[in-house]
Amino acid sequence: MNTSPASPLLAIEGLSIAFGPPAESSVVVSRLDLAIAPGETVALVGESGSGKSVTALAVTRLLDFAGGRITEGRIALACRDGVVRDLARESQATMRNLRGPEFSMVFQEPMSSLNPVLRVGEQIAEAVMLHQGMGHAAARAETRRLLERVRIPEAARQLDRFPFQLSGGMRQRVMIAMALSCRPRLLIADEPTTALDVTVQAQVLRLIEALQKESGMALLFITHDMGVVAEIADRVVVMRQGEKVEEGPVTDIFDSPRHDYTRMLLDAVPVLGSLAGTPLPLPFALPGESPAPQDTLRQGPPVLRLVGLSTRFDVRHNFRRIGRIHAVEHVDLAIRPGETLALVGESGCGKSTTGRSVIRLEQFEEGEIWLGDRDVSRLRRGAEKELRRRVQFVFQDPFSSLDPHLTIGFSIAEPIMTHRLAHGRAVAERVNTLLGQVNLPGEFAHRYPHELSGGQRQRVCIARALASEPDLIIADEAVAALDVSIRAQVVNLLMRLQAEHGIAYLFISHDMAVVERIAHRVAVMYLGQIVEIGPRQAVIGDPQHPYTRRLLAAVPVADPRRRGHDRGLDDSEVPSPLRRLDDPPTIAPLVEVGPGHFVARHHVGGLY
Amino acid sequence: MLGYFLRRLGGTIPVLLAVSLFAFGFVRLLPGDPARLIAGPDATLQDVQAVRERLGLDQPLWQQYVRYMASTVRLSLGTSARSGQPVLTEIGERFMPTFNLSVVAMVWSCIVGVGLGVLSGVKRGNWIDQGSMVVAVSGISFPSFWLGLLLIDLCSVRLGWLPTGGDHDWKSYVMPAFTLGLPAAAVMARFTRSAFVEVAQEDYVRTARSKGLPERVVIWRHAFRNALIPVLTLAGLQFGFLLGGAIVIETVFSWPGLGRLLVESVSYRDYPVIQAEILLFSTEFVLINLLIDLLYAVVNPEIRLR
Repeated sequence: MNTSPASPLLAIEGLSIAFGPPAESSVVVSRLDLAIAPGETVALVGESGSGKSVTALAVTRLLDFAGGRITEGRIALACRDGVVRDLARESQATMRNLRGPEFSMVFQEPMSSLNPVLRVGEQIAEAVMLHQGMGHAAARAETRRLLERVRIPEAARQLDRFPFQLSGGMRQRVMIAMALSCRPRLLIADEPTTALDVTVQAQVLRLIEALQKESGMALLFITHDMGVVAEIADRVVVMRQGEKVEEGPVTDIFDSPRHDYTRMLLDAVPVLGSLAGTPLPLPFALPGESPAPQDTLRQGPPVLRLVGLSTRFDVRHNFRRIGRIHAVEHVDLAIRPGETLALVGESGCGKSTTGRSVIRLEQFEEGEIWLGDRDVSRLRRGAEKELRRRVQFVFQDPFSSLDPHLTIGFSIAEPIMTHRLAHGRAVAERVNTLLGQVNLPGEFAHRYPHELSGGQRQRVCIARALASEPDLIIADEAVAALDVSIRAQVVNLLMRLQAEHGIAYLFISHDMAVVERIAHRVAVMYLGQIVEIGPRQAVIGDPQHPYTRRLLAAVPVADPRRRGHDRGLDDSEVPSPLRRLDDPPTIAPLVEVGPGHFVARHHVGGLY
Repeated sequence: MLGYFLRRLGGTIPVLLAVSLFAFGFVRLLPGDPARLIAGPDATLQDVQAVRERLGLDQPLWQQYVRYMASTVRLSLGTSARSGQPVLTEIGERFMPTFNLSVVAMVWSCIVGVGLGVLSGVKRGNWIDQGSMVVAVSGISFPSFWLGLLLIDLCSVRLGWLPTGGDHDWKSYVMPAFTLGLPAAAVMARFTRSAFVEVAQEDYVRTARSKGLPERVVIWRHAFRNALIPVLTLAGLQFGFLLGGAIVIETVFSWPGLGRLLVESVSYRDYPVIQAEILLFSTEFVLINLLIDLLYAVVNPEIRLR
């Protein structure tokens, strides 16, 4: 079925891209065909290594600066002046004139994509001055208008601020304003919402959609997230390992995917609400597996109990304390053996600080931490070894959480030796067993982290966490950095280990759909406080706190017939947990609204 | 910004106190009795005792330190044992030649070093990069006394263009400043190059290109300011070292500066001068670091506005 438009704005034909010197180059995109009509939204979908971002770099020819080469094919762009240009052959000098007025890009990382030493106003204005020949004052007025257009509050005041003074969502709005500054006919957005919180993602997606309608520009939207695809795309192109595997209108792709890979991608996407009928966690249905709900709860006292845990940071200015960040404020929770408690919330809500305070990577100010029947919160520093044996951590980024100079085997053996759990040859055997438990071959013990993929590394991190035979593993966004298919595998692995060993998890995540799969209970954090906690079915199926509802409403639904703009979203920002010294937050006990289901009824801060 | 400045200024006080304590203790730790040294070999016990009382050396150490600090703050640093002149005059005469030489060496090495570093960083792997890095490595590894002697042999003895030594006019600066600045320029070039290469891979440089900005603007406006931040630290340290007076180069070119004064004072055991030079060099370092911290704030808004 040929779904390509008759008179495309952009037509990529037989495009191949290679990296490295000609003799030993590796081909990352081969013979790609892709077309976009004026005003159309095409989603380019694939996992890491699929070549989707490289394709975008090729169209803009920023590829030349990244060490890549176009080896064959055409990139035909119908320009404003009526000339069709082959971007694969144009000089950089010509490309410079096209970047901005003809097409522009929004990148994934709003944190690092803006220049830290220049004011955001200047960064937008320089493009305006360059392409539209405006003077300083006119460009400044235009910049202000652009910031208003991307719905940045108090635009005039934001012009002179630096990127570090803005939140992630605001920075991405600035990026969008910059990309739109010369009214391009094609916007290429490379994972523009991946680094954002889910409520902010919903806001930014809606903004891009609205701006596209206003200006009639075409949109090439690159993403790995099928949920986002369903929200925004007209047509979908699926890529794998540099090749296009399927293409079609968005509803066809979701209703009747023809390629196995597309089907696998769709199956691996957790759909929020799909487990509404069962109270138990359920592993993903991966090819060749037919999972059953698993009941892993064991009898016994809680493995971890937090009582009124509070972690606060003073903010100083010129030697004076001017305020406090209430990162964690009176958190009470308990996790039973074999249970997964999910801690969800947006960045800055204190969920990671809670996890880090438990193993005292952060010093908490008040409260008690009970491990089994021992209060470990009064332990002297140095007496924390037992605590760190029984509670282990898996971090978000498997690339930076393994020492690149140590072999996998050594990294896994270290906790075994530190806690004297085995000696001599027994250590190597234990490492071998642990690698087996996370489905990695024993020979990996002799390899170095750079030889492994992201998913494999995260398995190594899990094996390392298991090495000290912990009762509880704190997984801090442990699957957030992984591709969807790998993410599903790692979630299934964590669940299998729980069924086999009865480990409890504190699963810190922003991803509600993954949480629904794995968690027995869910706790929602907002401004350092738990605002809702209860059985997973109750919290996700029948949320009682307005913030929980807002969080759930923002989750993209992998169904192109139910798009976000029909589902009421608000444009407000989460306020900062920084408060004046004389203005402590209100703390009140949660109110029980159902069996084991508690909700905050007091005013925590901001809107709620 | 003012708070940042005051904080940094406040931070220098304990450093300066520690340095003064060190310079004070240094003299007391040396073997021998300074009173006997000053009184001379033929002095009687009474004479030595008189000198000791005159210098206040019979008082407890803490009182001596307080007196020493009080006079140091008033810039009365004692008299040179060698020339009999006040130490301040002695150092004052030698300070300007060293300072001027350091500034000339610093200016050329910064311009050339940073310039070459940026050029090689932008055009990685081409002939400018390869060539300038060969020059840079040679500049670091070539011993300066040998380079100095070769230059004197060529430019003064054979060609007769430049004076062999001393501080007379601009001509006498050429060879010492070149020899002194060469290793500094080389280190700056290598350091700037690596800082620049790192910054060139940042996402915001890609963003700048995606706006269609010309390469010139991408490099100097977007990349350079960010690459400058680590380079500033290095430049400050280099300048501090240069101001300390290059003993070897001042000796080779008979430059009337602090480096040679230090060598002379050490061989004459002229403690007041040595003590004062230690204090001067340390203070210079502290002040330069303060200056660098302020420049950081100028370049990096995140420091300025926090």
